[in-house]
Amino acid sequence: MSDFRPLDRDGIAARIARDIPEGWFVNLGIGIPTKVSDFVQGREIIFHAENGVIGIGPAPSEENINPYLVNAGVQHITLITGAALVHHADSFAIARGGHLDLCVLGAFEVAANGDIANWAHSATEPTRQVGGAMDLAVGAKRLWVAMEHNNKRGGGPRLRTACSYPLTAKGVVRRVYTDIAVLEVTPDGFAVLDMVPGLTRETLQSRTEAPLIWR
Amino acid sequence: MIDKFVHSLALAMAGIPDGATVLAAGFGPGTPATLMKGLAEQGARDLTVVMNAGGRDEGPIADLLSTGHVRKLICSFVRADSVAGRLFAKGDLELEIVPQGTLAERIRAAGAGVQAFYTPTAADTILAEGRETRTINGRLCLLEYPIFADVALIDAWQADRFGNLTHRDSARNFNPIMAMAAKTTIVQTAHAVDLGAIQPEHVHTAGVFVQRVLHVPV
Repeated sequence: MSDFRPLDRDGIAARIARDIPEGWFVNLGIGIPTKVSDFVQGREIIFHAENGVIGIGPAPSEENINPYLVNAGVQHITLITGAALVHHADSFAIARGGHLDLCVLGAFEVAANGDIANWAHSATEPTRQVGGAMDLAVGAKRLWVAMEHNNKRGGGPRLRTACSYPLTAKGVVRRVYTDIAVLEVTPDGFAVLDMVPGLTRETLQSRTEAPLIWR
Repeated sequence: MIDKFVHSLALAMAGIPDGATVLAAGFGPGTPATLMKGLAEQGARDLTVVMNAGGRDEGPIADLLSTGHVRKLICSFVRADSVAGRLFAKGDLELEIVPQGTLAERIRAAGAGVQAFYTPTAADTILAEGRETRTINGRLCLLEYPIFADVALIDAWQADRFGNLTHRDSARNFNPIMAMAAKTTIVQTAHAVDLGAIQPEHVHTAGVFVQRVLHVPV
C-alpha cells in the first residue's frame, strides 16, 4: 500500500489553475471546474458563462448581490472591469465556434480515445440534463476534465478503455485532472503527466482501467 | 402613431390559440414571469413550450406546466424531481431534449429565416439516433431545424412605444433571439420609457421584432 494523499476538490481546481496561462478565454463547468477561478490570482484570464457573460469576477458578498447577474449554474456572480454581455446565441457561438481557449468540465467517465460521458447515467434515463455540455465539448479549442479518479461508491475506474455511459462527445478530451493524477489523452491512450506525491505507478494503474503510458 | 404598449395582462395575452408554440425566455433572471402566469390564466391548451430548463417544483415554468395546458416541452435540462420530470414520468408531458447551444441556434435560425443547419453538437450521441447526419470538413454533423414559434414571451428592463428593448445584465440570455423567432412577440418590461430615451446604439432588441409591450414595474 503506497502512502499518498489524494487532492480534495479545491486541490484539483488549484492544480488545473496552475496550467492556465495568462490571456486565455475559459469556460468552467459546474462542480469542481467552477472552483478553478478561485486559484488564478495574478493572471488576467477571462471566464465565460453560457448565459452570455464574458468576464466573470469573484462571487459577491451577501449585500452586493445583483439579482440580474448569474452564471450558468444560476449562482450570483460579479463582473470584472472590462466584462461584456451577449445574448444566448452569441454566447453559444463562442462555445461552438472555437473561440474558447479552454473548457473544463466534470465527467462520469473519460475513455482513452478522449470520449467523454457526463450527462446521463443510462440511455433510458427518464429525464435528461444535457444543458450546454455537448456544445462546449465539441466547440472549445481544448477540453480538460476535472473528476475523481474512481467512483465514490465501489471505487470503480472512471478512466476507461471505452465509456459505459451515453457519450457527450467523441474524441475531444485533451487532459484529465483527477484527485491523484494528471493525464494527457494521446493517440496511444492516457499518458501520465503528474501524480500526487507518494503514489506509485502500480497503484495508479490498478485504479485505472485503460493502460497507462509513462514518459 | 405606433404604440405597442397594452394596458392589461389579458390584452397582452389575447388571441393565443390552442396548439400554439410558445417561446419563454429566461435563465434565472430574464424570465417573463408575469406573462407566463398570464398564459396559464388565458387558458390556451395543447401548447408546445420552448424554454431552456424545466424548472423545479414552483416558479414560472413549473406553475405553467401544472395547469396541464402544455402538451410538449422543448428544453435543454429537466430534473427528474420537478413538476416537468414527474409529468413526463406519468406520460402527461412530451419532452424534447436539445443541447443548449443547438436550442439557441434553432431559435436564432427561425428568426433569421435559416431553414436548417448542420452542427457537430450531439452528432456522436444518442440524441442523434435515427436522424440525418453528414460528414462536413471531416467532422460528423447533425441536421437541425429551426424552431418557428407563434408567440414569444420576453422580459425587458426598458421598453419604448416602438418596442425597442434593453435587457439588464445577464437577464438578456434568450430574450433577443426569442423575440426574433415568433409571429407575435409579447414583452413585459420593468420600465416604460419615452421614445429616444434608449440611445439607438444601446438597443439590445429592436422594436421591429416586438408586437406588444406590457409595463410590469418591479
